[in-house]
Amino acid sequence: MLGKLSWAAIPFNQPVPLIAGSVVILIVLAVITWVVLSGHLPYLWREWITSVDHKRIGVMYMLLGLTMLVRGFVDAIMMRSQQAFAFRAPGYLPPEHYDQIFSAHGTIMIFFSAMPLVIGLMNFVVPLQLGIRDVAFPTLNSVGFWLTATGALLVNISLVVGEFARTGWLPYPPLSELTYSPGVGVDYYLWSLEISGVGTLLAGINLVTTVLKLHAPGMTYSRMPMFCWTTLASNLLIVAAFPILTATLTMLVLDRYFGFHFFTNEAGGNVMMFVNLIWAWGHPEVYILVLPAFGVFSEVVSTFSRKPLFGYRSMVAATMAICILSFMVWLHHFFTMGAGADVNAMFGIASMIIAVPTGVKVFNWLFTMYGGRIVYTTPMLWSIGFMITFVIGGMTGVLLAVPPVDFVLHNSVFLVAHFHNVVIGGVLFGAFAGYSYWFPKAFGFRLHEGWGKAAFWLTFAGFYVVFLPLYTAGLWGMTRRMQHYDVAMWRPFVLIAAIGIVIMACAAGCQLVQLVVSIRRREELRDVTGDPWNGRSLEWATPSPPPAFNFPVLPNIRGEEAYWGMKQRALEQARLGEEPAYADIEMPRNSPTGFICAFFATFMGFALIWHIWWLAGVAAVGAYATFVVFAWRDKDEYIFPAATVARIDRANRSARSAALAARREAAS
Amino acid sequence: MDADHAGNPDLLPNETKRLKSQSLLRAVAMCCAVIMAPVVLSACKPAVLDPQGLVGLAVRSILIDSVAIMLAIVIPTIAAILAFAWWFRASNARAVYLPDWVYSGRIELVVWSIPLMVIMLLGGVAWIGSHDLDPAKPLSSSAPPVEVQVISMDWKWLFIYPDQGVASVNQLVIPAGAPIRFSLTSASVMNAFFIPQLGSMIYTMNGMTTQLNLQADTPGTLRGLSSQFSGDGFSDMHFKVLVLPQDRFDAWIEAARGAGPTLDPETYAALVKQSANVSPFTYRAAAPGLFRQIVAQKLPPGPGPRSGRPNPSVSPRMEE
Amino acid sequence: MTAFDAAAGRDDPHRLRHDWQPPVYRQHTLGHASGGLVSKRIITGFGFWIFLLSDIVMFSAFFAAYAVLVGDTAGGPSGRELFNLRNVGFETAFLLLSSFTVGIARIGARAQSDSWYYGAMAATFVLGAAFLSIELREFAGMVARGAGPTRSAFLSAFFTLVGCHGLHITAGLLWLLTMMAQVFAKGYRADILRRILCFNLFWHALDIIWVAIFTVVYLMAVAV
Repeated sequence: MLGKLSWAAIPFNQPVPLIAGSVVILIVLAVITWVVLSGHLPYLWREWITSVDHKRIGVMYMLLGLTMLVRGFVDAIMMRSQQAFAFRAPGYLPPEHYDQIFSAHGTIMIFFSAMPLVIGLMNFVVPLQLGIRDVAFPTLNSVGFWLTATGALLVNISLVVGEFARTGWLPYPPLSELTYSPGVGVDYYLWSLEISGVGTLLAGINLVTTVLKLHAPGMTYSRMPMFCWTTLASNLLIVAAFPILTATLTMLVLDRYFGFHFFTNEAGGNVMMFVNLIWAWGHPEVYILVLPAFGVFSEVVSTFSRKPLFGYRSMVAATMAICILSFMVWLHHFFTMGAGADVNAMFGIASMIIAVPTGVKVFNWLFTMYGGRIVYTTPMLWSIGFMITFVIGGMTGVLLAVPPVDFVLHNSVFLVAHFHNVVIGGVLFGAFAGYSYWFPKAFGFRLHEGWGKAAFWLTFAGFYVVFLPLYTAGLWGMTRRMQHYDVAMWRPFVLIAAIGIVIMACAAGCQLVQLVVSIRRREELRDVTGDPWNGRSLEWATPSPPPAFNFPVLPNIRGEEAYWGMKQRALEQARLGEEPAYADIEMPRNSPTGFICAFFATFMGFALIWHIWWLAGVAAVGAYATFVVFAWRDKDEYIFPAATVARIDRANRSARSAALAARREAAS
Repeated sequence: MDADHAGNPDLLPNETKRLKSQSLLRAVAMCCAVIMAPVVLSACKPAVLDPQGLVGLAVRSILIDSVAIMLAIVIPTIAAILAFAWWFRASNARAVYLPDWVYSGRIELVVWSIPLMVIMLLGGVAWIGSHDLDPAKPLSSSAPPVEVQVISMDWKWLFIYPDQGVASVNQLVIPAGAPIRFSLTSASVMNAFFIPQLGSMIYTMNGMTTQLNLQADTPGTLRGLSSQFSGDGFSDMHFKVLVLPQDRFDAWIEAARGAGPTLDPETYAALVKQSANVSPFTYRAAAPGLFRQIVAQKLPPGPGPRSGRPNPSVSPRMEE
Repeated sequence: MTAFDAAAGRDDPHRLRHDWQPPVYRQHTLGHASGGLVSKRIITGFGFWIFLLSDIVMFSAFFAAYAVLVGDTAGGPSGRELFNLRNVGFETAFLLLSSFTVGIARIGARAQSDSWYYGAMAATFVLGAAFLSIELREFAGMVARGAGPTRSAFLSAFFTLVGCHGLHITAGLLWLLTMMAQVFAKGYRADILRRILCFNLFWHALDIIWVAIFTVVYLMAVAV
């Protein structure tokens, strides 16, 4: 009746997960209770949960990503502290638990923190930068978000019911096969990724269609902001790579559930095929993460250098080159599997070639700063920190791309330091830069600068204190994923790294404090005009936060940096442009489809994990039925009357006129 | 707060700028300390950079050369980043302001071609190095090679010496100065055989054979481990590598032949069950062709976990 | 009122709102969420094409797995011993014909002809179901002979690749019935016509994938 599920699946006899799980459950229940009792539920349901507005969905993605970042970071703290204790000692985390933690750390950070963060930024910003009202498929956008949240929920449920995978964040067979991992852990991993993979694919299709097909009048491809180009490249990669992940995980599911033999030791299964397929997805995945971060930096560096981006066309060429090349390098993740010298060398060289367009981008940002008037706001600090850190990480990457070097550094903590170098230095710094840069647009007030800068410096310093010792320990022969060790030479490095994680924890604390302080002081930090940074692209032409329809009339784009051009004309003519002719605006209607579909998907995933077949069937039917019901609706749009549009826009225009007048006064 | 200040963050006070430079210096100092401290603290040498064999020596020289080549670009780039970020700060009236400078053909040529040339150089290093140091490529040496067959298990290592007819668990004894030809496989899950001070690692997979050639030049004790995560007992999958002079190696073989159990399909099946932290021991005889039988899966792969909480199908556990 | 207006649902009492006015198409001020410049039909079609491309990538991964594992029969039967090319011929004929009928169905929908639409959709369903029944019988037969997917890696790959295609056909048949029900309930509304377009693209894509399957799996098994 309940498959493999029983009360014994809850870790009553293991203090660490029990306490952690109870704390999380209490917090969640407390939040839900507060929301319901204070009467916020109808607002939340109407304005957020059922919203198909790309801005709302973008904010929810960011919220999911930041929350999961905390969860993954706690895993990291546990890993570093366990290793700090476990020199010739068992430490406080037994192997079966430690193995789950490093697997969950990687899975959560990549799939449920980094992906939502970049997808959230792309979702929020791209329609605003393109001068349009929403993405191509708003309801599918909502479905994509909620399915991703389902995946995150399932992974977190594994903390309290059953266990998570103990294979590492990529479940290599035969370890992940039923023989060697008969537990529910790998199943939790598989179903949460299969479900959230559908969500990610929907986001990819949506954003590719939006960037290629929906533009404001006059915005040709060569007038798009750089962030839109990197969005295009990243989402093309999603569309091309995620189906490989789906197929590969499906093969593992078939092996585990139906006794197929894709990757088993017996009956002809091929373990190397898994490694190839999973990395054929895995390498494009890291570019899916880092390309939007590159886009953020292009926006931030040019805005805070007070100059247009240097070398726009070669940036575009470099981006698309990275997009294509990222599919040709996957073997560098397993040089040591024995493919032979020719194959190893070719993939090594291809991996180095991809450093060329990346280097071009770094130089273009450098020359954007050259001849600029740089302002050190928090986003700009993140960008400069990124440039330095990413160059180092890229160097160690090219080093690892030389196969003989990889033969001695593969799977060591040198490798761990390298990929954290590029993911933290690239993706995380980019996410924080984007977060602090576009926060005022999303919420109408800026974040507190002082706490933001403290967070940056602590993160920057903490990162080096954690990972420089790990680079060194890798050269001392320390391999990754060790629950305990007995080599005295590694001990100092592990201890210094543990100190570094404390510094990074303080940084995380600063980010939290920054948010709280900014909310409390939001009137002081209010963004009245919608353009707090003297921006250059179209999103800064809207009020903060933008109304649901973004633009009262779609802007007519005349050149690159459309908004900058508008502002210069306004400055010259000492007044804003003409008031447009307002008309009714049709917007897509909200829909609970995403939430309800995810609701059924959660039950289906859980049921499949625990072998509760009847529940899986019911939930699958429910998910299908949700779409049929959605297909049956008649009213899919609602109207903003012209009068409302006029009122909103006139308020913003008067604020901007006042700012313009004040500026001319200050200048004279 | 007037609209101008809200939109013009370059009116920050000097205080913040001074703090920024102080913090920058502090960060740089911390980085240096972090790198230098362990070097000063411990008298040990880093395994990978202190090779004991010719393969490791070749790898180290490639590593150092590659880093040097790349630092030639990386250091000027980082210096330029810091220099530009500092010089072109908004409050620096002496810096030139070029608000319309967005393209330069010469710069384009340089930023595309210099990395390309460096990559071509490194690519050459990679091509030559991959071929010279291919794990399966036999080492050129006057001494006759010693064959060792390696089987990774959960969670220990079995070494069979087919020519000498003995086997050893969790301890590898090899003669100094002779090339060792390893043939590797796994009895269960994927592992990787790695002796950091001797050079390359290689994966081990069930049903397949991988090849590795290493050589230890001088006698000593080295450390070997598995570098591919393989389950709960993974952290204990390290083994001692004793490099002995040829005569002492022969003596060790003789001693091994004198005592200990024999390795045959039955004892193999017992060995292959999951266990961790196994103390080293030797087999006095190894059935011939055992390795080939393991690779051909005539001897089935090792079993998985037998116990669990509440049962293996929910959460498996190592045998206590 | 032209047929196009009717197809766009401008006379549909169910549509949108009670005080509907014909929109004023002033340049650059049309506030439609889609941007007002490119039609919804193009956007929907394009997005669906991107989805189909992603689906083809997924099939490519299964094709790759099949190509790698085709020789790993673990002492069991190989394709040459198992495949019945006559059945494959019938399956191919049914599927290709169904692609033709589904195209007719779309033309009928755009011409708002009930007989052509329902007739052609029904024919598509019958042909698709016939394809599925042959495939299911083939699978059942193989399982009965001890050549099921758990026998060897080759058979796992075969059943997964061909079975994945069969699952897509099954989902397509469900979608087909839903589209017939939609037209029955709502008529030839613009959004329903867009969905019929997507269904057509889906069905044709499945046909193309089948061509790849019968070449790579069936023909190459008996060749040489």
